[in-house]
Amino acid sequence: MIARAATVAAFVLLAAAPLLLPPFWLTNIVDRALVYGTIVLSLTFLASAGGFVSLAQMMVAGVAGYAVAILAPVAAPLGFGWPYAAAIPAALVLATLAGLLVGAIAVRSQGIYLLMITLALAMGVTLFVQATTTLFNGYEGIRGVVGPALFGRPFRDPLVFHIAALAVAGGCYLLVLWLLETPFGLAVQGLRDSPRRLASLGYRNAWHRIAAFGVAGFIAGCGGVLATFYNIGISPGSIGIGATINVLIMAVIGGLGHPVGAFIGAALFVLLDTFAADLYDRDRFNTLVGLVFLGIVVVSPDGVLGLLARAGRLLRPPARHAATTP
Amino acid sequence: MTAQLAATVTLNGLTLAALYFLVASGFSLIFGLMRTVNMAHGTLFLVGAYGGYAVFGPLYDQDVAWAWYAGLFAGLVAAAIAGVALQVALLGWMQGQELRQALVTIGVSIVAADQLLAQFGGLAVQFFPPDALFGATALPLVGNYPTFRLLQIGFALAVGIGLWLLLQRTRIGLMIRAGVDDRGMLGGLGVNVPLVNLAVFALGAALAGLAGVIGGSAQPFGPGADVRFLLSSLVVVIVGGMGSIPGTALGALLVGMAEQWGQAVAPVYSIILTFAIMVAVLAVRPQGLLGRPA
Repeated sequence: MIARAATVAAFVLLAAAPLLLPPFWLTNIVDRALVYGTIVLSLTFLASAGGFVSLAQMMVAGVAGYAVAILAPVAAPLGFGWPYAAAIPAALVLATLAGLLVGAIAVRSQGIYLLMITLALAMGVTLFVQATTTLFNGYEGIRGVVGPALFGRPFRDPLVFHIAALAVAGGCYLLVLWLLETPFGLAVQGLRDSPRRLASLGYRNAWHRIAAFGVAGFIAGCGGVLATFYNIGISPGSIGIGATINVLIMAVIGGLGHPVGAFIGAALFVLLDTFAADLYDRDRFNTLVGLVFLGIVVVSPDGVLGLLARAGRLLRPPARHAATTP
Repeated sequence: MTAQLAATVTLNGLTLAALYFLVASGFSLIFGLMRTVNMAHGTLFLVGAYGGYAVFGPLYDQDVAWAWYAGLFAGLVAAAIAGVALQVALLGWMQGQELRQALVTIGVSIVAADQLLAQFGGLAVQFFPPDALFGATALPLVGNYPTFRLLQIGFALAVGIGLWLLLQRTRIGLMIRAGVDDRGMLGGLGVNVPLVNLAVFALGAALAGLAGVIGGSAQPFGPGADVRFLLSSLVVVIVGGMGSIPGTALGALLVGMAEQWGQAVAPVYSIILTFAIMVAVLAVRPQGLLGRPA
């Protein structure tokens, strides 16, 4: 009940953000957190529901980003010139397929093995994209992907972008919350808690796993398309090792226990990224973010969410009838 | 493709495989005993390379004959100390929490890479081995080939045989093998397991440092080498089998050959070939070619 009220309040606040916040905060903090939060959400969904910590989510988002950049009407070397109404769904389908493929490749791997295999896959795709100049324009990437015009205004208009980002991020968030309640979502949580019992109940574990990666691929694809419009393009650098690790950092800082952790982590990371130069040596940003990440993992492996939950338990008044128990 | 080119490419593959084996053997050794996935292994490689260079550089400028050997030793020690510090300060007390250890080592590698960049700058540097090792050797079929590359194969063979002797023929090797099978029982028999862990971590890290100096002598290194060699270690041990030294050798051979032959035949798709091997192995044997089922 409280959680639902908080969700509604957060949505209302975010919808009113253009009225409350100066343009810099709206575009560079709130919208950036929403865009990357959506990509992080795909990882948080996999980790919280199924216990799968995948490092391939930024790469899957990149599949959607590259697809929309190549298909859409931009000055790409091999631009297809499709309208955005066709290019965006195609990009989402490709990202879903990429997610399914990652799930299928890693279907027999757990825990740290999964972490290593997905990292290797992500780096393989990045290196391939970087080496391919004909389709992906190599190291330079594809620039000038501005996005469709909405309500007669360009996508780059801060208000239009904010509405689109909030709609996509909110939609994906509600999709995850809804999925977790469905029989499919419960089966995925069963995969996390006791795969053997689930299998003996007659579930096909492998198919559920692959499907969960497919859903995560779709969500990452939504974030990837948004991120490509946000950055007005995409390059190997925006899906490479740095970006991949950043997604993991955001997810872990926020907390892998609940989907909302994705957006909390993304918001904290973006704040850190934006204001680190004022706090600490501008050139040593990575040291700062690495130390924050390290601190979170050492002190509270379940992220800020876990920290808040523990603080909440400590501050609760003691149970009144505790003394009556023998 | 001429026979000479084919022989050269094969020899290149062998030398690359030797370097990959040097890096990945430490990674595999640590994983085998402690189930710790050390995502900072590439960082230890870089710590060894830069640590060695910090000693080598000034000596080389003064034309000291043994500068390279001093650098090699310094790199080994620097990486071993960094590894021991990592195990004592962070990894030791979260033993058994595998995912948390992997995340912690990722955090360490981010901070360390940034600090190394601040300390040593972003330009690539290189070791210059003594003249006796640096020239070219005439080989049948291949023609002149860099002597140091051949030496790389020698180093890999020495490390491989040394590890085998250590694990199979010594008391500490017996303890390590027993620990791989059943850590609890080993502790119950009165062995100081944390100390064995520390020794293995130091050894694995020293191997990464050794690879750092060797790799940094074969070609220039700089920021980014940590990620490159972490990634190659991951692929090598995934293919060969986590925790198995013969598996690591086989994996290194496959990946090194695939990279060099791929680059010779189809440069753009050579990366795909490496990962296609990994995917194929995972589909058939998730534990790797010579790995034991988890």
